[in-house]
Amino acid sequence: MRGIVTFDENRCKGCGLCVNVCPVHILELDQTKVNAIGYHPSHAFAPEKCIACASCALMCPDVVITVERVDK
Amino acid sequence: MTTTVFKKTRGLTDVPFTYCPGCTHGIIHRLVAEVLEELELLDTAVGIASVGCSVMSYEFFNCDMIQAAHGRAPAVATGVKRTHPDKTVFTYQGDGDMASIGAAEIVHAAHRSENITVIFVNNAIYGMTGGQMAPTTLPGHVTTTSPFGRDTTLQGEPIRMSEMLSTIPGSYYIERVTVIDPISVRKAKTAIKKAFQAQKDKKGFSMIEVLSTCNVGWGVTPLDALKQIKNDMIPYYPLGVYKDKGANQ
Repeated sequence: MRGIVTFDENRCKGCGLCVNVCPVHILELDQTKVNAIGYHPSHAFAPEKCIACASCALMCPDVVITVERVDK
Repeated sequence: MTTTVFKKTRGLTDVPFTYCPGCTHGIIHRLVAEVLEELELLDTAVGIASVGCSVMSYEFFNCDMIQAAHGRAPAVATGVKRTHPDKTVFTYQGDGDMASIGAAEIVHAAHRSENITVIFVNNAIYGMTGGQMAPTTLPGHVTTTSPFGRDTTLQGEPIRMSEMLSTIPGSYYIERVTVIDPISVRKAKTAIKKAFQAQKDKKGFSMIEVLSTCNVGWGVTPLDALKQIKNDMIPYYPLGVYKDKGANQ
């Protein structure tokens, strides 16, 4: 595991900009969940594949994503 | 052990943005806040909020903020900067605010070479009031006040603010950027940093124009809005540095 991506779920507006930009395609809007402001929040369905590039966080308009790199 | 690659900047408050889902105003807010934090200007910065979608920006930036009358942000910024020359003063304005009602204020602020930084968010529409045609709306673009598309024989060509202001002798640094992908977001941040650095070095008027989306006003999805910037807006509003007086020094 190279990276850890976490979402401040209840601030996500489900716009999908992060989903589109992820180079390893591990993000999706969680259709089984509705957050506090009424949107399907984004989440990582295969978080172990995260490479900590932070592209998702750069594109997130609501600053809900935090990215950490796992040091070897 | 982990190293934090990205976390929310100290330059933003905890108030959630009031923008529509997918609106790139949020990205631009974050970039300005990150630059203020990195240049250690948060304690001395005074931001001037405009009228438009960004009218609430005084809630979001973690520095002193003033809310100006429609289009008058550069005039208010002039007053703040002249009475407090040691403060970092910036305005955050949309295209309806700056290119339309505030055209006079911005032109004269640039002419006087006021030592302020202007963040100009161009989304080619009046977003807050429901998607009316702005001076920057592209030819043929359908809005609520141009239901058959903007007719340039009636309404003229869209106004290019960066090109116009770069012809003014007093302007120091003017660049047009966008935020449609991670690369352009990084470039936009570099440009904003350069503009604030110019102010810190007392060089004079700097402006960064950011091509932004209004997916709700344009009637498209957030992803299609990014494509629309690339396909429609950038050809009319080319990206790049329009003025950099410091380039040859």
